[in-house]
Amino acid sequence: MELLHAIFVAPFVDMFTLPAFLLQVLWEGFVSGVLYALIALGFVLIFKASGVFNFAQGIMVVFAALVLVGLHAMGLPAWLALLATIGVMGLFAISVERFVLRKLVNQPDAILLMATIGLTLIVKGAGQLFFGADTKSMITEELGLPTGSSVWEVFDDIVIFQHIDIAAAVIAILMVAALGVFFSRTRIGRALRAVADDHQAALSVGISLNQIWAIVWFASGIVALVTGIMWGARSDVSFALEIIALKALAVLILGGFTSIPGAIVGGLLVGIGEKLAEVYWGPLVGGGIEAWFAYVLALVFLLFRPQGLFGERIIERV
Amino acid sequence: MFYREAGQFKTSYAADQALLPILQDRIGLLLILVVAFVVVPLVGSNFFLGAILIPFLVFSLAAIGLNVLTGYAGQLSLGTGAFMGVGAYACYKLTTYFPDVNIVVHVFVSGVFAAGVGVLFGLPSLRIKGLYLAITTLAAQFFLEWCFVRISWLHNHNDSGAIEVPRRYLGELALTGPTATPTTRYLVILSIVALMTLVAANVLRGRIGRSWMMIRDMDIAAELMGVRPLRAKLSAFAFSSYYCGVAGALLVFFWLGSAEADAFDIDQSFLILFMVIIGGMGSLAGCFMGAAFLWILPIVIRAIPAAFGLDLVPATTEHLSQIVIGVLIVFFLIVEPHGFARLWQLAKEKLRTWPFPYAS
Repeated sequence: MELLHAIFVAPFVDMFTLPAFLLQVLWEGFVSGVLYALIALGFVLIFKASGVFNFAQGIMVVFAALVLVGLHAMGLPAWLALLATIGVMGLFAISVERFVLRKLVNQPDAILLMATIGLTLIVKGAGQLFFGADTKSMITEELGLPTGSSVWEVFDDIVIFQHIDIAAAVIAILMVAALGVFFSRTRIGRALRAVADDHQAALSVGISLNQIWAIVWFASGIVALVTGIMWGARSDVSFALEIIALKALAVLILGGFTSIPGAIVGGLLVGIGEKLAEVYWGPLVGGGIEAWFAYVLALVFLLFRPQGLFGERIIERV
Repeated sequence: MFYREAGQFKTSYAADQALLPILQDRIGLLLILVVAFVVVPLVGSNFFLGAILIPFLVFSLAAIGLNVLTGYAGQLSLGTGAFMGVGAYACYKLTTYFPDVNIVVHVFVSGVFAAGVGVLFGLPSLRIKGLYLAITTLAAQFFLEWCFVRISWLHNHNDSGAIEVPRRYLGELALTGPTATPTTRYLVILSIVALMTLVAANVLRGRIGRSWMMIRDMDIAAELMGVRPLRAKLSAFAFSSYYCGVAGALLVFFWLGSAEADAFDIDQSFLILFMVIIGGMGSLAGCFMGAAFLWILPIVIRAIPAAFGLDLVPATTEHLSQIVIGVLIVFFLIVEPHGFARLWQLAKEKLRTWPFPYAS
């Protein structure tokens, strides 16, 4: 009885007696949800176009941030470092396509997944070798991103909004909008959608698969860079970020592997759900729920809707 | 010319159904066993036994477990580390409650607990397949890791959260703890691994193993043919987790001597997955080859700069080792997706006609 009360009643009472705190928790969850959504976006882009589940997306986020910070530390001004990093991500995309993807055409999904896991190891080792494994701080001010915070007084209490969080949300929304326009209005975007539908049909219409894959990995690299900047601005750049990227897998399950709006919605669900669970139900079991809540949520979801909220229905043909 | 079964006639059904029908195979295996049980303990140094062979055997056993699940039954799993942890903590609690029972008995029983947990987290496999199933096993991995840390009963309410292996004996001989010699521990592990490999080989070529392979190849067709998916998939999870659990118990009790929860983290799961992939999915011999490769390779890579006289910080060799392993994994997947086992099969094919260039 005590336990039931503690699980089903007490947290909600806590939520409504301190509404400003609830708003704060919801905001924090929203922001981390937006960042999860950005990582998931990178996954979705690559999966849509090439059917490859890019396990290396997380480490690409860390790598992009490290390159940016490293180039700036070497003396380049911020805008030049940014351009150079975009160039590096482009080179990365081209070399991955040339040396890994092209050789593994038509292999089963598991093999491609393992190849991206191998890629993760390579990028992780190389990143640690060239940039060192210590934590670095993101060049937030040099990039023109706002710092500081605003206070909103509500419900006799205050809610604090970090400016960088607001900037992160705005940039993420802009990025999703830009990607949406890119996919529906431009020629390359249409080519990407064609490749996502059917590789052979796209080839027969004259779309170069290799070019498209390089482009989509490049786009994913840009998304990784933006994610890395935003995440690094909130909590410094370190290799721990890679584990956070694994959460994006849970986001993908919720949203569906092939859907961009699904990635956003899934990210927000995971972010907000995680924070709420940790703050209001966490103390019951000693805390630390955040480590596994997203996955268990995804697991429960999978049992009832395997394709996710927005994904394509999985049809098995025998 | 020498590796042929010409002239070897089977005169009974039992001989026909033998595990190793070719005499040369049997001689080869006998040689390996003699070297492993007799020669190595006599000539091997403590370092070789304790830091190379013992981990190799422990990881081979875990790789067999994962290979059964992923290679033979087709259920991709990323939770191997957690299942090993369940076995290790179960063994620890068992030996805490029954300190007089032989530790080897506890090792075998701890696998049962791991099997139970494996079945529990394998239940989603009835609805979910492929990559999605991998993510649910990730849920198992992170949840169990959290349990190892939070449930302080598991580590006997020890403040540091680590489990320390108590001294256990077989008569007068020390089996675990600081006084156990590497030779003793090596022989115990070798016996357990050899026995369990034999069991696995026979289960895999029997009815249950074939049902797993049918599920892997096309589970709907298997169901139409009368294989019950529930039984097949859950038994695969149970069998695999049993092996991983025993491997985990061996890891803590006969190799490390103590462990914290992070000895069973996601990196461990990935390491064993790489061993299975590089060794060859769907091959028992491949497990051993993959484990040897992935365990020995970092040691060799770390030794190379010193051999050349280059003075590198250990961290640098560690990172270089990571890069090389990553490159090798991608290389192997491109060149031979079926791993070392396939290469060994090709070698045996070539051996059949050697020294002649073609078969008649």
